[in-house]
Amino acid sequence: MSELALHQGLSLNRIGAMILRYWYLLRSSWPRLLELMYWPVLQVITWGFLQTYIAQNANFFLRAGGTLIGAVILWDILFRGQLGFSISFLEEMWARNLGNLMMSPLKPIEFLLALMAMSLIRLAIGVIPMALLALVFFQFNFFGLGLPLIAFFCNLIFTSWAVGIFVSGLVLRQGLGAESIVWTLMFALMPLACVYYPVQVLPHWLQIVSWSLPPTYVFEGMRSLLIDHTFRADLMVQAFAINVVLLVASFAAFLALLKSARRHGSLLAGGE
Amino acid sequence: MKQYKKTRAVDDISFAIAKGSITGLLGGNGAGKTTTIAMIMGLVLPTSGRVAVLGHPMPAEASSVLGRMNFESPYVDMPMRLTVRQNLTVFGRLYAVEDLRARIDELAHDLDLVEFLDRANGKLSAGQKTRVALAKALINRPELLLLDEPTASLDPDTADWVREHLETYRRTNAATILLASHNMLEVERLCDRVIILKRGRIEEDDSPARIMARYSRDTLEEVFLDVARGRAQNDALRAPVSQEALSQEVMP
Repeated sequence: MSELALHQGLSLNRIGAMILRYWYLLRSSWPRLLELMYWPVLQVITWGFLQTYIAQNANFFLRAGGTLIGAVILWDILFRGQLGFSISFLEEMWARNLGNLMMSPLKPIEFLLALMAMSLIRLAIGVIPMALLALVFFQFNFFGLGLPLIAFFCNLIFTSWAVGIFVSGLVLRQGLGAESIVWTLMFALMPLACVYYPVQVLPHWLQIVSWSLPPTYVFEGMRSLLIDHTFRADLMVQAFAINVVLLVASFAAFLALLKSARRHGSLLAGGE
Repeated sequence: MKQYKKTRAVDDISFAIAKGSITGLLGGNGAGKTTTIAMIMGLVLPTSGRVAVLGHPMPAEASSVLGRMNFESPYVDMPMRLTVRQNLTVFGRLYAVEDLRARIDELAHDLDLVEFLDRANGKLSAGQKTRVALAKALINRPELLLLDEPTASLDPDTADWVREHLETYRRTNAATILLASHNMLEVERLCDRVIILKRGRIEEDDSPARIMARYSRDTLEEVFLDVARGRAQNDALRAPVSQEALSQEVMP
């Protein structure tokens, strides 16, 4: 029977059990809750003041509709989405609980779906206060982006999950020695995703790489919306198509890494 | 067989466990007990050979059997910040246990967990944690129970009480138990059959009484030392099994 067959017959009850497990954990630890809000709030304050300063001193394009602060919040959705996914996974490694889960009827796909749900919950706890702060302090209404925000959000969260799934597979295989990848990999994408500047700034050959990343389409789309007041649906469709490929590839990589972990006994070791 | 780079952790072993029996897996550190149990659970893939649990090949058909088995091992922990009740609730839901609240109450009563059901797992003593892990292992009333050092860090009284509970559980549920232990008295008391591993290979596989008789020893601990120190290979030390010894054999 193929590895894929292990994922037939999803159980919402088991996915719910895992979400409950992480919810119990979050609820019992105020530092964890605080940490979810701490960095997003710090980010929006820092960049909000920078945007205010630039708006008072720079040209039209930089003044246009809060591109900096919008980029900060969208970047945080991407980054925190992946962290929310990966940290829930790491909690199992830190708690040495992975063996219990792998031995239970919980299927890998159910585990991943629970991690996705937790990434949304953690993201909501972090980003909603951040967006409200941007509105109160800097008069930037993030939710005022309207319907395009849904397309931006979905594309960013899909990318964050794809990265999260892949990184979790690496940690599963390599143990906690690979934990730093969880915190750093997304930052490697940051310059290429053109969060704060248009793609044209990059050298031509790097633009090709940049356009292979879904977040690039989102940040270009956001600038187009805020500066030209045009929603580029074509960019969102292209980003979605790449995201589908990334999600399938990351899931396949996760299964391969899980199999490799079983072959090398990493699920028993679990540590460094 | 299981090969890790240059180390052969488990080498050419083969055994089948009878339904409703308790089998002890003995061996020194690094003998291959944990790897063997991990292969049965599907956590480790054998390099060659195959493992079948309840008639299903592992891990290919794991989804057919994982709900019917469970395990307890010192190599895994339960989440520390969750209370005992929360942990048992999560695992009970993972195993689709019916009437979960009643089952948790039943286990809490059986394993004397009632007074700390709402305490965080991380705040329990080592012995209490072992009992909680045992409760998790029994939550789904498993047909096959894999136990790695189930009474480690328990005081003699509690350990004895846990053994009694395991015997009762096996008897009332016709469950099959595979038990890795360094406690020879425990193995002698609980097990119908003992498999002694050394350097990944099976050195002995028989009832405790037969093995002790074969080595002319009164306890399994003495047999264990003979095997560990290589004296088992000296045929002169072995004696034919006497009728008297056979009559002491533990019957399932």
